[in-house]
Formats: sequence, structure tokens, C-alpha cells
Amino acid sequence: MTTLIQRPDEGLAGENSRRRLIVIGNGMAGARVVEEILARGGATQFSITMFGDEPYGNYNRIMLSHVLSGEESHEDIFLNSLEWYIENSITLHTGVRVQRIDRFAKVVFSDDGQITPYDELIVATGSRSFMPPMDGLYTPRGSLLPGLFAFRTIDDTRGMIDYATRDDHRRAVVIGGGLLGLEAARGLQNHGIEVDVVHSGRWLMNAQLGREGGEVLRRSMAQLGVGIFTNNRVVSIWGPDKVKAVRLRDETEIHCDLVVVAAGIRPNTDVATTSGFTVERAIVVDDQMRTVDDDHVFAVGECVQHRGEVYGLVAPLWEQAVVLADVITGSNPQAAYLGSRTATKLKVAGVEVAAMGLTEPERETDEHIIFSEPRRGIFKSVVIRDGKIIGATLLGDSKKLAFLQQAFDRGLPLPEERVELLFDLGGPPAEVGVAELAEDAQICNCNGVCKSTIVDTVKGGCKTVSGVMDATRAGKGCGSCKGLVAQLVEYAAGGGVEEDPSAHYYVPGIPMDKPALVQTIRVQDLRSVAEVFAALAPNGEEDAKSKMGLASLLKLIWGAEAPDDREGRFINDRVHANIQKDGTFSVVPQMRGGVTTPEQLRRIADVAEKYAVPMVKLTGGQRIDLLGIKKEDLPKVWADLGMPSGFAYGKSFRTVKTCVGQEFCRFGLADSTKLGVELETRMQGMESPAKMKLSVSGCPRNCAESYVKDVGIVAIDGGRWEVYVGGAAGAHVRKGDLLVTVDDAETAKKLTARFIQYYRENAKWLERTYAFVPRVGLDRIKAVVVEDSEGIAERLDAAVQDHVDSYVDPWSQQGADPVTPGQFRTSLPLEVLPTMPPDRAEQLLGGAW
Amino acid sequence: MSGTGLAAGVAYSCGPVEAIPYGEGRAFAVGGHQVAVFRKRDGTLRALSAVCPHKGGPIADGQIDNKVVLCPLHLNAFELDTGCSTTGAAPLRIYPVYLEDGEIVVFVS
Ligand code: SRM
Ligand SMILES: Cc1cc2nc3c(=O)[nH]c(=O)nc-3n(C[C@H](O)[C@H](O)[C@H](O)COP(=O)(O)OP(=O)(O)OC[C@H]3O[C@@H](n4cnc5c(N)ncnc54)[C@H](O)[C@@H]3O)c2cc1C
Ligand code: SF4
Ligand code: FES
Repeated sequence: MTTLIQRPDEGLAGENSRRRLIVIGNGMAGARVVEEILARGGATQFSITMFGDEPYGNYNRIMLSHVLSGEESHEDIFLNSLEWYIENSITLHTGVRVQRIDRFAKVVFSDDGQITPYDELIVATGSRSFMPPMDGLYTPRGSLLPGLFAFRTIDDTRGMIDYATRDDHRRAVVIGGGLLGLEAARGLQNHGIEVDVVHSGRWLMNAQLGREGGEVLRRSMAQLGVGIFTNNRVVSIWGPDKVKAVRLRDETEIHCDLVVVAAGIRPNTDVATTSGFTVERAIVVDDQMRTVDDDHVFAVGECVQHRGEVYGLVAPLWEQAVVLADVITGSNPQAAYLGSRTATKLKVAGVEVAAMGLTEPERETDEHIIFSEPRRGIFKSVVIRDGKIIGATLLGDSKKLAFLQQAFDRGLPLPEERVELLFDLGGPPAEVGVAELAEDAQICNCNGVCKSTIVDTVKGGCKTVSGVMDATRAGKGCGSCKGLVAQLVEYAAGGGVEEDPSAHYYVPGIPMDKPALVQTIRVQDLRSVAEVFAALAPNGEEDAKSKMGLASLLKLIWGAEAPDDREGRFINDRVHANIQKDGTFSVVPQMRGGVTTPEQLRRIADVAEKYAVPMVKLTGGQRIDLLGIKKEDLPKVWADLGMPSGFAYGKSFRTVKTCVGQEFCRFGLADSTKLGVELETRMQGMESPAKMKLSVSGCPRNCAESYVKDVGIVAIDGGRWEVYVGGAAGAHVRKGDLLVTVDDAETAKKLTARFIQYYRENAKWLERTYAFVPRVGLDRIKAVVVEDSEGIAERLDAAVQDHVDSYVDPWSQQGADPVTPGQFRTSLPLEVLPTMPPDRAEQLLGGAW
Repeated sequence: MSGTGLAAGVAYSCGPVEAIPYGEGRAFAVGGHQVAVFRKRDGTLRALSAVCPHKGGPIADGQIDNKVVLCPLHLNAFELDTGCSTTGAAPLRIYPVYLEDGEIVVFVS
């Protein structure tokens, strides 16, 4: 028998008087209905038991598309934690399948051999992926062909990601060009997989779109690089041991490594059928969500058929859950579900598709307003009957969605100028202003949250966007309404929006912003990462993700007095080299300003030969990288090189790129190379919140790319220098802001260093200058760094000088013996996985040179 | 390494515990298994498979706290006690490990 986790006595009616409620299915509908029941005081009426055949708590299935595309992680999509079940005294059986209901004995049989009695029963078994008939689905030994995936559960998604990210897997075929198939295709593309979609309909998303819309969508998907085959079918898959190719009805063959089936869903009705309930396309229920066969058995979600309709979206099941909860708890026995009007939205970044109701007129008197601009991927259409919207489609531009959705949901009167349905004419605000939305306008269609709920939550004191999202669940479905929710919170808070406090923490594990943290560390004289956790973390709890940031901060605060705290360091900083994909390391010796000598080159060449370095490469930072060095060899490599570390591995000062400058270049205005070398000598090895890359160019031709560096210096006519800060040309591209123009190289050097020290002290962990400068504001930075408005210039300069005086090169300091036991002990797997090719350079260059 | 036959497996000694600094991990090959052993701040040991299920990262090079180890390559997190990933990767295998007269003993079944 199942044991109930007994809730402590809270003056509730005794256990005997509570009815036993069983819910079969712990998916989106099952869990939601239980929440609705609890919200109606159901805990005093029922002792609740849930069965779910997935091995997890309850999660947001909709988000699997975002998990696949990498926009969300698995753990973020869980809706109710296991603690929630315990707190609410719900007995949850995960990984257990209910096989049969005996409605005369009022018990359910589950596949763990248990028999559990109930007084009331809710079936919420959802649906599963439909597998269209194809040859070759199974291996000769009878198991499903590896590489073949459905797209329904966390496990499916996880399996797909694992499979798609293997190095030798490059191509996928998605069967089905509906919502799910397109989301799967786009998600897989994000893992570097080439994708073709094979769709049996005549155009994409034919269930929601008309032909023209479907064609526009095809163009947009094709532009994203997705291959599209419509009006076609996969007839067979080739193995035999794993997916190798598919063949289409028209004999086309596509070689591929994985096949994802997204060809529709089928309600899970086997339990109901076996147990003698009326099942047509799905389990038949009445307006109270009761099965037509038994007053004590209800059903909800995708597994039900109501007034002939079966739904495949979440919005209807929220409405069903409310009615079911009203009825079963008796809080409103008259509640009735009358069916839902559904709208769909495609969750593919860069391709906006929203559709509701009819796609084409049905009667002669129906009006049809269309705008189509396929070249830009835009298509809009509205179908009107008797002055009310009965269908709308928006592709590529959903500015009017909020209005159309409202008008569709409640039959609002429409503007006489029908074109205003598609466009804003005469310049009123582009989107329906949140202020104008009706109080009961639904904002989050996934979770059924309307405007007034959000506004009331804000008025109730919750003034952060994330807080409102947590409290109301708005934006926690497919996420497409997040922007609208943020606008509403802003509107309701009347400018008093608060930010989530943790957004200001320096590292996630210590609830303090950087100034407070620095101050406290100084006052309490905390020297090691372990001491900081013990003194300042909630419950003294260590947090691995915070260690690197703290280690860096401690170096900033204590400089040379910081103890040699290895535990806090990332592996790169423990062994002073950059870890590679196969667990070996790269070694980049310092080459100040990109200037080297034959002697240095000879040593590098000797080392490369002696340690069989698989690849020697010039880096984008003007130096030489030795890649693929074994951890055990690192100290010997450094000793043989006899050059300082280039810090290519650290969150620290990295390089100063320079151009050849005045001495050689016919345009050169000043000695940029000299300034670069001197700067690098001063700043070498300096820890900082994020890496810092500098550059000096000898004239505004800017050959050393100074406009896009953390600090970039450019010589201009008249012997003067411009100093730019906050530039970037990596993942983020930004032209630096001109901090100051100075008359001589010494001043340029001094102000550069002062800016860097100011940045070190004030930037958040991992905040590059390209984010720091706009956040703090150029004016403020100018004031502090150039005009010394806060009177701290001297202190900043002194801190830099401290660094210069106390700097020790880690490689020369290291010596032959490890600093900690096993510092250079190999951590490599027995069978090394993706190995570096030993002769990478040879392979690339051949003998041609 | 000495092997002691036990009911369900073999216990291997991996040498003195001082081989692992506090808060760090080291890899050992025991009975054909590559095992990452971590020494927590509280002095207790944890042993997990040394190869990250994600893309083969060297787990022993990861940073730890009281609960998890972060793989150094793409920062997937794994619970030290269960091997389960909190970031959605496949789990790491765990091995019983204990200290015997200052020696690390890993149990492989
Ligand atoms: C080796 C090198 C590529 C090359 O072969 O040229 C390189 C290699 C790596 N870069 Fe880079 N970057 C290299 C120059 C650059 C440059 C150009 C430059 O420095 O002039 C940029 C653009 C400038 C910038 O930093 O914004 C650059 C922007 C990045 C970024 C994006 C940073 C950003 O905030 O936008 C990353 C990712 C990160 O830091 O999170 C990155 C990260 C990496 C890492 C460290 C990945 C990692 O975390 O392990 C690569 C390490 C390779 C290795 O195995 O050691 N690398 N990387 C270059 C080393 C330069 C050097 O001598 O130190
Ligand atoms: C990738 C993806 C993206 C989606 N995107 C959207 C979207 O953007 N918008 C939208 O509205 N909808 C979307 N959906 C659809 C939405 O997820 C479903 O409508 C919703 O999950 C249905 O809820 P349900 O509870 O009826 O079924 P489910 O969530 O499937 O839950 C049913 C649960 O019952 C379990 N179960 C079944 N039989 C048994 C048994 N016999 N014993 C025990 N347990 C059992 C199942 O394992 C499952 O966990 C999407 C779906 C997927 C897969
Ligand atoms: S661009 Fe930089 S981070 Fe990306 S693969 Fe090349 S070296 Fe690595
Ligand atoms: S290899 Fe471990 S996280 Fe990628």
C-alpha cells in the first residue's frame, strides 16, 4: 500500500473524513488541476496521490523547444519541485504507470504491482508522439533504431541534444512541418546540425496557416538554412545499426544521422479504454470535465474530447483545470467548460508566426483582408464575419497581435478602416499600449494570466519583473509574452520597478554587491575563498560557481599579500595554461607588443619539437600558441622556453597589440610599438573582472584595431595620442569611446593604467569594459580618471604601481616542483575522447610550403 | 595498488590522502576505472567517474563546493554525493571511497 506523508495536524478534519483523490498523469494538466484544487482549500477535503510515468516532478513541456535550442536549461523548466509535493502532502509516484482502473472496486492498478483505492479520480494522461508508418524503424534485434527521436519529453530532448552534439553527427531530418517540427528543426540547427524538414501537408503549418502564409513561412525558414520538402513523406529509414539516411515518397534520398518525428500527437487513452470508459478520438467528458461513464472519474488535458474537440495546446487545459477544480471541490458545482478558442505562436527566434481561428473565409459574406510581402517574410490576414474577427494570421510582424487576439477572444467591434487591423495608420503607438488593454485581457496565453492579475500583484507590493513572473506565472510558458509582462509591471509600478536584488551580487553565492563585499572583506580581514564563504555565505555554504570570482577579487584587494589560494582557482589558473577540449593545455608565451626575436623563435621551435606539440599557431593577439601540451609536461615546457607567461588563460590583462609605427611605416606619426611594449610590461599578469586586451596604433589608419579594444590608443598628428575605452570586437562589437586626447606617451600610459584600475575596482565579475563603460557612463569615467573628481587618482595610480612592483611571473616562479601535490598530475581519461591530431599543422599545410 | 577481494567488488588503495589538496581533486586509475577523487573542506572524500559524460572533460580538474563539481570544459555540474547532474547532463558514476590509516581507498564493483 502507498504510504501517505502525513501533514502535521493543523486542526484539519481527521484523515478519515478526507476523500482519497488520485490523479493519473503528472504533466501540465495533472499538476495544474491539483494546484487549482489546493487553491480552493482542497487539502482539507482530499488526500492526494499522483502517478506519473516520467521519472521527474512536473515540468513545463512547452519549454522543451527552448531547451533544445539551448535558450533554457533543463533545470529551469521544472514547475513544481519535489518539495512542493511534500509540503502539500501529495504522495507522488514518479516513474510509475497506471495500467488499469477498476471503477467498481474504485482502485487503480499500477505497474509497480500496487493497488491504490480512490474516492475521486482524475485522468490526465496527455498525449504521445504519433509515429507514422515507415520501413526500417527497428534494428534487426527489434529495438528502435538509434538516432530516431520523438519530441515530447525531457528524456527525448536530452537524448536528441546528446546525439546531435556528437562530433560525427551533422545532419538531421525532421518529419513534420508543423509547430513542433519547425521548433525542433531550428533547435537542432543551433547545435550545428544541418536540417531538412519533410512535411506531408502541401505547405508548412497547414493546420494553422493558409497556403499563402505557408509559402511565406517556407521562405523564412529557408532563409534560416532549413531545407523544406512539402507534400512528401518519409517512407523508409536506413540503418541497420543506426540512422544513416531516409528515403522519401518521391524517391529522394537524404543522408542523415538523426531523424526527429514530430508528425502529430495521439491522446493517451489506453488506460481509459482498457477500463471501459467511452473513448472516441479521446476520452469523452461533459462540461464539468466528468467522464460520461462515471461521476467519480474526471479527465483533463490533451487526453480528453469535449464537445467533439481535442486540444493540443495548454491554454484550453488551464480553463478545463479551473472548471474541474470548481466542480470537484464543490466551490462552484455549476461551473461549466464551454470549449476554447485557441491561438498558436511559433517559438522560433527570428520567425514570428501567430495564428488564430480560420485561415480563409468560408462564406461568401465573410470579409478577408490580406497583406503579403513575401520578400520580407511578412504576411497578415484577417477573416471577419458579421463585424467580428473569426480568424487572423500574422507572419513576420506581430505588432498588432495583442489587439487582434483581444478582438478575436471577445468579439470586440472593429475599426471601419479595416486596414487598421493590420497596420497602425497616422502614427499612434506601434503596439497596443498596455494602458489601453482591457483589465481582463489575457497577457500570458500559456498560463492564462490577465492584465488585472499582474497589475494587482504589482500593487500588492511585488515590484520586480522576475517576482511578478514567479507569483503569477505570467511569461513562464512559452516566454513570448515576457516583454509585455515587463511593460505591464513598469506601467503598474508607475516607474517604481525594482530590480531583482541578486542581479547586483558580485558572485551568485554571496548576497552582496561588489562595494559592500570589498568593504566587508577588508574589515573582517578575509584572505582566502574558504574564509569568505565561512563568514559571508548564507549558512557558510560554499558555491563552486562563485569561487573564481572571489579568488580574483581577493587578489585585487590583497595584491601580493594574498595567500596562494589554489582551491579557489579554475584549473587554468592552477596550472597557468588554457585547458583544451581533450584535457591537454595550450601555452602562449608573452610576446610584448607582438615583437619577438630570432632567439625567442628558436626556443619556441625547439620546445615545439621536443614536446611534439601538435600545432603551433599565431594568435589573434599577436603571439605564438603551442597547442596540445600534456599537463605533466607544462613545467618542463616553461623551463625550456624561459619566457614569461602570456596569460592567455586568465581573467586578466592579456596583450597589447601594436603596429610597426613611426620607425618603419611611412604613415606612422609616433612610436606605437614602444608604447605598446611598455604598457604590456607594466600591466602584465594583472587580475581583473574579465580579460583586458589593449592596442596601440601609430596613426588613425588604426592597423592595430585600437577602436575595438578595452583600451585602444591611437597616435594623431601633432605628437598627440587618443585614448579610447570600452571597445570590443568579439562576441560583442562596439567602438570604444574617446576618453581623452593627451600630449605625450607617458600621460597616455598613466591614464590607461588609471582607467584599468578603476575598472578593476568597480566592474562586476565577468563584466568586460564594453559593458562597464556604458553602464557607468563615459562622463563619470572621464571625471574620475581624467579630472580626478573623486580625488582618488593618486590611490589608483599607487595600486597599479603596487602591482608592477610585486608582479612575479607564474612560470618562472613555478620551478620544477609542483606547488601543491599532484599539481600537474594528469586528469585525462583512460580512453581520451576527442584527441588533438598529433600532426595538425602538417595536415593543414601539407608539403606545399 | 593492492586489491582486497570483497563481496561485491574490490577495494583499491590510492595512496596517502595528502596527494589531494583540500578543495581539489585528482584522478586515479583503479581496476580499469578512471576515478576522480575529491577532498572536501571538511576532510571527507568523494569519488566519481573521471570522465565527463558530456564531452569527455577531465572531472578531476573541476572546481568543487560542498555539493557539486563543475566540469572544467563546459561547466556542467554534478552532485558529489550522487553523481547526478544538476545541469541536465547524464550522471557520473559514483564510487564508495573512504580513508583507512591516512590512505585513500576506492571501492570498485
Ligand atoms: C588563441 C586565440 C585564437 C587564435 O588562434 O588566434 C583565442 C582563443 C580563445 N579565445 Fe579568444 N582567442 C584569441 C583572440 C581573441 C580576440 C582577438 C584579440 O585578442 O585581439 C578576441 C576579440 C576581442 C575580445 O576579447 O573581445 C577574442 C574573443 C574571445 C571571446 C569573446 C569575448 C567577449 O566578451 O566578447 C571569448 C569567450 C569568452 O571570453 O568568454 C574567447 C575565448 C577564447 C578561448 C579562451 C576559449 C576558452 O575559454 O578556452 C580560446 C582559447 C584557445 C586555447 O585553447 O587556448 N575569445 N579572442 C586568440 C588568442 C589571443 C592571444 O594571443 O591571447
Ligand atoms: C516541444 C513541445 C512544445 C510545445 N509548445 C507549445 C506551445 O508553444 N504552446 C502550447 O500551448 N502548447 C505547446 N505544447 C503542447 C503542450 O505541452 C501540451 O498541450 C501539454 O503538455 C498537455 O498537457 P497534458 O497534461 O494534457 O499532457 P502531458 O503534459 O503530456 O502530461 C501527461 C503526463 O501523464 C503521463 N502519463 C501518461 N499515461 C500515464 C499512465 N498511464 N500512468 C502514469 N502517468 C501517465 C505522461 O508521461 C505525462 O507525463 C508543446 C509540446 C511540446 C512537446
Ligand atoms: S573563435 Fe575563439 S573561442 Fe571560438 S573556437 Fe575559435 S578560438 Fe575557440
Ligand atoms: S565535457 Fe564536461 S561539461 Fe562538457
